[in-house]
Amino acid sequence: MKRTPLDAVHREAAARMVDFGGWEMPLHYGSQLEEHHAVRRDAGLFDVSHMRVVDVRGGEARAFLRRALANDVGRLATPGRALYSCMLADDGGVLDDLIVYLVRDDFFRAVVNAATAEKDVAWLESLRARWAMDVAIEPRGDLAILALQGPRALERLAQALPAVGAVAGTLAPFSASHVADFMVARTGYTGEDGFEIVMPAAQAVSTWRSLVAAGARPCGLAARDTLRLEAGMNLYGQDMDAATSPYDAGLDWTVDLRGERDFVGREAILARGARRERVGLALLDAAGVLRAHQDVFAGEEHVGEVTSGTFSPTLGRSIALARVRRGIAPGSVVQVAVRGKRLAARVVKPAFVRHGKSLLPPEEAP
Amino acid sequence: MKLPQDLRYTESHEWVRREADGTVAIGITDHAQGELGDIVFVEPPQPGRKVKAGEAVGVVESVKAASDIYAPVAGEIVAANAELSTSPERVNADAFGAWIYRLRPDDPSQVERLLDAEGYRKAASS
Repeated sequence: MKRTPLDAVHREAAARMVDFGGWEMPLHYGSQLEEHHAVRRDAGLFDVSHMRVVDVRGGEARAFLRRALANDVGRLATPGRALYSCMLADDGGVLDDLIVYLVRDDFFRAVVNAATAEKDVAWLESLRARWAMDVAIEPRGDLAILALQGPRALERLAQALPAVGAVAGTLAPFSASHVADFMVARTGYTGEDGFEIVMPAAQAVSTWRSLVAAGARPCGLAARDTLRLEAGMNLYGQDMDAATSPYDAGLDWTVDLRGERDFVGREAILARGARRERVGLALLDAAGVLRAHQDVFAGEEHVGEVTSGTFSPTLGRSIALARVRRGIAPGSVVQVAVRGKRLAARVVKPAFVRHGKSLLPPEEAP
Repeated sequence: MKLPQDLRYTESHEWVRREADGTVAIGITDHAQGELGDIVFVEPPQPGRKVKAGEAVGVVESVKAASDIYAPVAGEIVAANAELSTSPERVNADAFGAWIYRLRPDDPSQVERLLDAEGYRKAASS
């Protein structure tokens, strides 16, 4: 099992550790609910060093990524701008989702998921060979990544790392800048303001400690999951995978079909069409929790299944992402098979909480 | 592992306390609450229900997972802890104090045959 540069720090804090994509990661440091609330109300700190930075460099880096990714890095005009994209297989299945930053015109930096990192690099290498393009693909195992998230993230960052904080405060959402050995990006996976900070592994422990000393609360993967679900963000391997078209996973907005750009998977996803879609579900019953793989019904018709479900700490009831056939309208009520019972759930747009506030229609608000 | 010596235990991680009136109070062990993490719902059985030994009678749900609670012995449910419907986190805070339901055993001698603290410690760590 792989361990991040912060492993000893997590153990010292009595974190409950768990296997996540081959990495031993903190699940929580005592209470995932308290960690969740810390991010919604103040600032939480996550070790996300299991995610892999992959640098793509060379004169043809832009042209290469325009062919390799479903979203168009051609949109990235200014250094520091970031783009969310799927990387598709030839058959249109989602190999991974990632964020790619423009560092310089011949230097792009992608951040990919932990469990898929090795396959991703091998896939990119195979594309480089297929197209005989002049790019170097470099996985950066020498870097650590911390995510500092919450309404007071900037304040905590400025206190702990003044130089990084000064630059971070000027960043627009979804952009990044370099400060000495650090890259700081105004991105995250929680629906709150916040930052993802990339640094040399050797600086991870001191950076973590100074952020905690400044008041950021250590948070584990359990809170990360409830936060991203409230924010309506997909988790790779759960809400989509190599068998899923981005159109079936609510990722239509990330597939850029403008112009004639030929990217891997384009023809396949267009031929496959959009058969299913991603919806949000808010359980109407006060008790019960929606969980992955539960079946969803409209009347007696089986229309799909839950892909991620949880108890929402912010809303005080269960929410879920589900993949259903097209045509299940927001506002309608479906039934979900929960432990032998059919429980009623409202179909909603798949974002439940943003900046600490409920996005549910007023009649559904807790 | 924190385990009161005066309780009985099951391999499915319930604790069982013998009460003066001949009934038993049942909850989940500290080990079980730690594995489940933050508990958000407790659904105890309805009083009056007759249950068999090993029957699933209720549910404890954490943010992470749902877990059945079982009847350690056959008998009749006589009470459910209403406090847990509004404060399920009590199970995390004090697993051995937060009883979930009470049962009147058909055969009180069956309670004595359940695991003692040492037996449970071995079962839970194997």
